[in-house]
Amino acid sequence: MFNYYLKLGWLSIRRNPLLSALMVAAIAVGIGACMTTITVNYLMSGNPIPHKSDQLFYVQLDNWDPNVQSDDPLEPPDQVTYTDAMALIQSAPAFRQVASNRSGLVLEPGDEDELPFNVQSRNTFADFFPMFDLPFLYGSGWDDDADAAMERVVVLSRETNERVFGGEDSVGRNVRMNGMNFRIVGVLDQWHPVPKFYDLTNGDFNDPEDVFIPFNVAIEYQLPRNGNTNCWKAPDGEGFEGFLNSECVFIQFWAELRTEAEKQEYMSFLDAYAEQQKLLGRFPRPLNNRLSNVVEWMKIQEVVADDAQVMLGLSLLFLLVCLLNTIGLLLAKFLGKSGDIGLRRALGASKPTLFVQHMVESGLIGLAGGVVGLGLAALGLWGVKVLFGDDLEYLVRMDWVMILTGIGLAIASALLASIYPTWRACQVAPAGQLKTQ
Amino acid sequence: MELGPIWRALMRNKIGAILIALQIAVTLAIMVNAVSIIQERARLMARPSGLDEHNIFHISSVGFAPDFNERATIEEDLIALRGLPGVVDAFQSNSVPLSDGGWSMGLQTEPGEEIDGTGVAVYFIDEHGLNTYGVNLLAGENFSATDVDWRQRSEHEWPDKTLITRAMAETLFPDDPDGALGKAVYINDDEPITITGIIEQMQAPWNSWSGVERVMLVPQHTLFGATRYIIRTEPGRRDELMPVVEKLLAEREKGRIVRSMRSMDETRMESYRGDDSMIKMLKFTVSLLIAITAMGIVGLASFSVNRRTKQIGTRRALGAPKSAILRYFMAENLIISLVGVALGAALAIGLNMWMVETFSLTRLNAWLLPVAMLLLCLVGQLAVLGPARKAASVPPAVATRTV
Repeated sequence: MFNYYLKLGWLSIRRNPLLSALMVAAIAVGIGACMTTITVNYLMSGNPIPHKSDQLFYVQLDNWDPNVQSDDPLEPPDQVTYTDAMALIQSAPAFRQVASNRSGLVLEPGDEDELPFNVQSRNTFADFFPMFDLPFLYGSGWDDDADAAMERVVVLSRETNERVFGGEDSVGRNVRMNGMNFRIVGVLDQWHPVPKFYDLTNGDFNDPEDVFIPFNVAIEYQLPRNGNTNCWKAPDGEGFEGFLNSECVFIQFWAELRTEAEKQEYMSFLDAYAEQQKLLGRFPRPLNNRLSNVVEWMKIQEVVADDAQVMLGLSLLFLLVCLLNTIGLLLAKFLGKSGDIGLRRALGASKPTLFVQHMVESGLIGLAGGVVGLGLAALGLWGVKVLFGDDLEYLVRMDWVMILTGIGLAIASALLASIYPTWRACQVAPAGQLKTQ
Repeated sequence: MELGPIWRALMRNKIGAILIALQIAVTLAIMVNAVSIIQERARLMARPSGLDEHNIFHISSVGFAPDFNERATIEEDLIALRGLPGVVDAFQSNSVPLSDGGWSMGLQTEPGEEIDGTGVAVYFIDEHGLNTYGVNLLAGENFSATDVDWRQRSEHEWPDKTLITRAMAETLFPDDPDGALGKAVYINDDEPITITGIIEQMQAPWNSWSGVERVMLVPQHTLFGATRYIIRTEPGRRDELMPVVEKLLAEREKGRIVRSMRSMDETRMESYRGDDSMIKMLKFTVSLLIAITAMGIVGLASFSVNRRTKQIGTRRALGAPKSAILRYFMAENLIISLVGVALGAALAIGLNMWMVETFSLTRLNAWLLPVAMLLLCLVGQLAVLGPARKAASVPPAVATRTV
């Protein structure tokens, strides 16, 4: 029966191609606008590391200014100090934990003809690689000993390895950065977490860094920091040493805690640590340390841009206008078919049968509108990329979830729009229609 | 005017009219709010930076060689840059307005740890800074060459002079901004700095910061490893001089790389790219929406004309002139539109209140709503004109044919 209705629907659509095309167009434009904004919002709020996002915790310690006046004075700073990061690395009870920050370095390719260029460096610890599941093309990350011994080792991103070594296996070779040789221990495969969850302080959708080096090396050689630094009071000491011992926050700290018990234990450690620091005259505010998992941290940092949400809201209203339009068109179409419907009713088709038959026809129109609408959404996403630039490259891609959502939304919209017109068409009294034929 | 019969006819066939009215209402709500956002963004983008933007560009220099002498390089670079024909002036700094990366500090009018400072963007400049940027000095005097010293990366002492913007003076001394000149303010809780000049206007690196107009200029060269040169050219010579400067710097000293050369115009564009894109998307959405609503009106009006062909014929046969038929459909549409925009006005205000609450957008302009309501009624009248004309041209004979 369904197949027969499909056939009837198809015939009906073909009999009135202009009206049908208008309906498909109305749904397609609405779906196109909606799916463009839904895709961007979906990717912005996506979980970049779904299998362990509830085991990775961002650490916030409240060492901040007791005198700050603000609406919500109890937010701890979004990064930690060097003093606290080192204390946690040494003694906090985590399965894995890493401190990290960013540097801008100059890389000199071995080839004399090639000009030195700028690279972004992530300065971190050995645990970074297994903790965030970085994929390796060659070699691997470094180990704890390399951290302790401040070995000048480096992991290159796939792109950097391609630029400097033409994509060869460069493990074991040296690369020169800021006038120093670094031994390559690993080369990453493609890795583009969206959002860039491990560093939401310096650009939520930036590319990952070009090279990864031990944090201790970056400190030892005072490599230039290239990220957000906040201080609530001037350092007491002089020079770089004074800066390291200051209340300035510039480090992001993550811990991997596999169970609730591990999390509790870690939290108790943080609180005990803060209490102990209070005795030393630090941490002047009330105890307020935080552990937020990846999804919570993304929410706190408001990763989904307001503009994207505004556009999403407006585009849903836009779809509503398109649907109102479709209802009007369907009314016109089905009322034009009163004769047909009267005939079928006279031949014995019940109202529910006719209702189902016309809903199938509407579903077909919805499907067509969905397919065309996805094409328009692809166009819309391309437009968004042209407008906002390559920064958003990873936010304008449709995946299967989005394609199915688009088709589903289109069919659902079409069916919703056709309920009233269909119901109305089915109210036709057979006799009245047959009389005037 | 035969409003009574029109209204009664409408009531007999409500659904079509309701659909159009709803469409107009939602369209109005989207349109008004979108235009409100467009206005807000356009206003942000129109804020002047206070610089001679069109003739300024900047370029970064990052030293990497072990024997790189930053201070000597900066001194020699500046002599070379200032000597270039076509260059009006040049200086070295840590950052430029609207570049999104920079330094901020807090200033307070009384010393003391417990006092909350006023956030301010910090630019390090020398005695050529004001002339290079083309900013106006309202009061006081520019730095002299002897004021300018060299700042190391992790130094936290401050020189004893500063120039601030008028906006900063107003925030620090709301009662007497003109009296700010010569006063001492405190940085790092208790380190005094004297305000030796007030400049008319300058912007911070962050355009979305509420204190974007609050700037302090500090007489120091920076030795931060990475540095930025700002160059002002004679009018119209910027594009010609940009590659010359890039080549000059790259070849003068090989122990550094030069990069990120941008004109101030480009910097402004990048800074406001999100706002600019939002404006473009909203404009496109609103245009498309009006077109779709207009098409909906045409569609349903045509449908209603077709269904009423016989009645129209009858009226014509009974002596109604063409203009009466035309007027009938125009009036019908106007009634529907008026109901639509009235409903839409409520919807638009509701939507705006929600967006103000959720996304801290600005409130609607008072005149925006009436103008948009009028515009949509006009669109409705234009859209219905075609079908109404078709109705008016129905010959009276139709009435006699198929009865």
